[in-house]
Amino acid sequence: MEGDEDKDNLSSVKHIVVVLSGKGGVGKSTVTVQLALSLRQAGKRVGILDIDLCGPSIPRMLNLQSKDVHQCDAGWVPVYADRERTIALMSISFLLENVNDAVVWRGPKKTALIKQFISSVAWGELDYLIVDTPPGTSDEHLALVEGLQRYSIDGALLVTTPQAVSTGDVRREITFCRKTGLHILGIVENMSGFVCPHCEECSNVFSKGGGEELAKVCGVRFLGCIPLDPQLSHSLEEGRDFIEEFPQSATFTAFKHLAQAVERGPP
Amino acid sequence: MADVPTDAPQHCPGTQSEQAGKSSACQGCPNQSICASGLPKQPDPAIEEIKQKMSTVKHKILVLSGKGGVGKSTFSAHLAHGLASDESKEVAVLDIDICGPSIPRIMGLEGEQVHQSGSGWSPVYVEDNLSVMSIGFLLGSPDDAVIWRGPKKNGMIKQFLRDVDWGGLDYLIVDTPPGTSDEHLSIVQYLSAAQIDGAVIITTPQEVSLQDVRKEITFCRKVNLPIIGVVENMSIFICPKCKKSSEIFPPTTGGAEKMCQELNIPLLGKVPLDPQIGKSCDEGKSFLTECPDSPATVAYRNIIQSVKEYCSSHKVSDK
Repeated sequence: MEGDEDKDNLSSVKHIVVVLSGKGGVGKSTVTVQLALSLRQAGKRVGILDIDLCGPSIPRMLNLQSKDVHQCDAGWVPVYADRERTIALMSISFLLENVNDAVVWRGPKKTALIKQFISSVAWGELDYLIVDTPPGTSDEHLALVEGLQRYSIDGALLVTTPQAVSTGDVRREITFCRKTGLHILGIVENMSGFVCPHCEECSNVFSKGGGEELAKVCGVRFLGCIPLDPQLSHSLEEGRDFIEEFPQSATFTAFKHLAQAVERGPP
Repeated sequence: MADVPTDAPQHCPGTQSEQAGKSSACQGCPNQSICASGLPKQPDPAIEEIKQKMSTVKHKILVLSGKGGVGKSTFSAHLAHGLASDESKEVAVLDIDICGPSIPRIMGLEGEQVHQSGSGWSPVYVEDNLSVMSIGFLLGSPDDAVIWRGPKKNGMIKQFLRDVDWGGLDYLIVDTPPGTSDEHLSIVQYLSAAQIDGAVIITTPQEVSLQDVRKEITFCRKVNLPIIGVVENMSIFICPKCKKSSEIFPPTTGGAEKMCQELNIPLLGKVPLDPQIGKSCDEGKSFLTECPDSPATVAYRNIIQSVKEYCSSHKVSDK
């Protein structure tokens, strides 16, 4: 640990936001990517740190699966999503030889890599560093909070889907944030409502309103609903810039509001 | 690295290492003499105890997925309900998702507590022939977070396998958290002597999910875990108003079907997205009995039948 003290690659990072959810598959990585793209649209330089070591999704969403990480004097050079270098990404995918390789690691090894991600990625100057996390409240989360202790984290963005099965896990994540002293920026409800492309009828595929209710019960800010949008999954599958392609959709407005809420900072 | 205790001195070589108890870091460690004796290097005695305990369990099935939120717990619960609809079978569900246990809610057991008896922890019963064990039953409030690192989670899983009074079972279904980490390694390791019939792998149709599932398949092959097959969940959505179908999670790379072909694994079936499934789960009811005529119920029933057939043929070929 002592050796890392003099290395400080996060000193020129202005804001750090952590995207959390107790539950898997609720859209943490989707929200991370869209938030990054929205902030970029507002003229910010954004870095994404993907600490989901067993199931990294961000590289595919940004169409960067086959990229490699290089070494420089300051540490690892992150992979840039655009030529202007406004979005930088670091993920374990870049360190794997084959995309199907499984990272079968127990806690201590994961903790070590996350600490290394925190200390030795040469982000350069960033307005925002967004950290995407795996589901749960375990090794990765503790390693992140410990590793970022000496920096000021803006806070955590909690993502949930509307069902009780999901909000139940997010409740536990709120307890995690309170126990570890992480500010909560607010709760986002993802996948709320699906508009049938044939008849325009909106069905609540995963029920509705759970996120808002949870926010009320726990006294946390509610940051809005993001509807289910097959166009969004399509564009994420292919790694296209959703925000440049679909500025008309309801999802776009939802993400723009979210980015503004993050820029305003904690309540 | 895995065998370094969390409270070990710095530079602990690990309890399984050749240097255990002998290196300079071991000086002054209260466990130095235990490590030096070589005892920790022998296989965990719990594996043998678990084998004894599991000798009354005929079939052990793992439900896995690299990705979260694809429906592992929903499938586990409904597989259990489906298998238990035959009253002559004894079925149990073990939820080893320590940080995000969903099974208690999905099976309508929220707020239940586990009781201690002479022969161990008693699981919670949904029906006479369907019992459940989850960390959810050990928590005081729905706000309680289990903020545990790996070793503690492993200890809990060991206890679930060794100290729960399951009784005689036809099927034990193990619901897992997403990923390929501590919980997965531990369950496979602890059940290594007792033998697992195989794993059912759950995915959704998108590539973002399939790429994690491929990693899970690599994991199964690495640890020699047989794969019963893949279930594609949330395949299509049928609008309740106009009855037309649409793809909420589009299979841009051919979905589970193509992946199964490429990796030579059976596809057990596709379950359509029915808003009623999520609702039944939130209310803790069985979707299979709530909506017996839904296309999703038919899909579930066919998959459950395939799992049954796999298990019965599997045992025959073993003998």
